[in-house]
Amino acid sequence: MSIAITTQIICFTILSLVILIGALGVVLLESIVYSAFLLGGVFMSVAGLYLLLNASFVAAAQVLVYVGAVNVLIIFAIMLVNKKEDLKPINDIKSRRIISTSICLTLLSLLIRVDLTNVWSLSSPENSIGEESTIRIGEHLFSDYLLPFEVASVLLLMAMIGAIVLARRDVMSKDISTGLPVDQELIEKSSEPLLTNKN
Amino acid sequence: MMSLESIPIQAFLIVSSALFCIGIWGLLNSRNAVRVLMSIELMLNAVNINLMAFSSYIDNNLIQGQVFTIFVITVAAAEAAVGLAILLSLYRNRVTVDMESFNLLKW
Repeated sequence: MSIAITTQIICFTILSLVILIGALGVVLLESIVYSAFLLGGVFMSVAGLYLLLNASFVAAAQVLVYVGAVNVLIIFAIMLVNKKEDLKPINDIKSRRIISTSICLTLLSLLIRVDLTNVWSLSSPENSIGEESTIRIGEHLFSDYLLPFEVASVLLLMAMIGAIVLARRDVMSKDISTGLPVDQELIEKSSEPLLTNKN
Repeated sequence: MMSLESIPIQAFLIVSSALFCIGIWGLLNSRNAVRVLMSIELMLNAVNINLMAFSSYIDNNLIQGQVFTIFVITVAAAEAAVGLAILLSLYRNRVTVDMESFNLLKW
C-alpha cells in the first residue's frame, strides 16, 4: 500500500476503536433503533479496514450489501415490530449474565493467546498484487470458484422466495379456524394471535 | 524504537476476536430478537475481517480469502432476509419479540 505507515496506524486505530465501541453499543444500548444505526457505523468501519488491506472491491461490496441492504432491512424490521412492551423479569438473570460474560471473556483470552503466540508464516510483500485484487477476484469467480458462484445465485433466489413466503400474510377468502370471510384490506386489523394463550 | 513495515497481522486478529466475542455476548444476552440478528451480523463481520487479514498477509498473491469473504457476504445477506421474515411471522403469531417467550420447543 502506498500510504505511509504512520497514517496507516492512525487510520487502523481510529477504525478499530469505532468498530469495538460501536459493537458494544449495538449489544448494550437500551434503544434498538440506536443499535441499528450504530451497526451501520460498524459496517462502514469494517469496510475501511478492508481498504487498509488493499481490498477495494470487497470494501465496496461490504458497503453495498451490509450498509445498503442488511442494515436497511433490519431498520425496516424494527419499524414493523417496534412495540413498547414490558419484558417479564427473569429470576436467575444475574447468574446467567455472570456465566455468559465469563464464557465470552474466556473465549476472548483464548483467541488472543492464539493470535499472539502463533508464528504466522507471512508471505513476502513483493508477491503482493496490491490494487489488482479486483481483477484477481474476477478470475477466481469465473474459473476455480465458478460452481460456488452459481450455487450462491441459487441460494439467493431460494432465500428471496423463502422470505416472501414466510413474511406475507395469507390471502384466503375464508378464515380457516372460524369460517368467516376475511377482509382483504391492506392495513392489518388487530386480531387474536394464535399462540399467545399458551404459557 | 522498532520501526514497522506495516501493521502487524496480530492487530487485525485481535480486533476480530474482540468483535466476535462481543457478538457472542449479545447473542446470549439479548431479549429482543432483532438484536440477536444484529449480533449474528457482528460475528459474521468478525469472521470476514479474519479472512481478509489472512488473505492480505499470508496469501497476498492468490487472495482466495477475499473470494471467501464475498461468499460469506452473500450468505449473510440471505440469512438476514430469511431471519427477519421468520421474525415477522413470529411477531404476527405471538405479538412479541421477547426471546424468552418463544418457548414452544422447550422441553
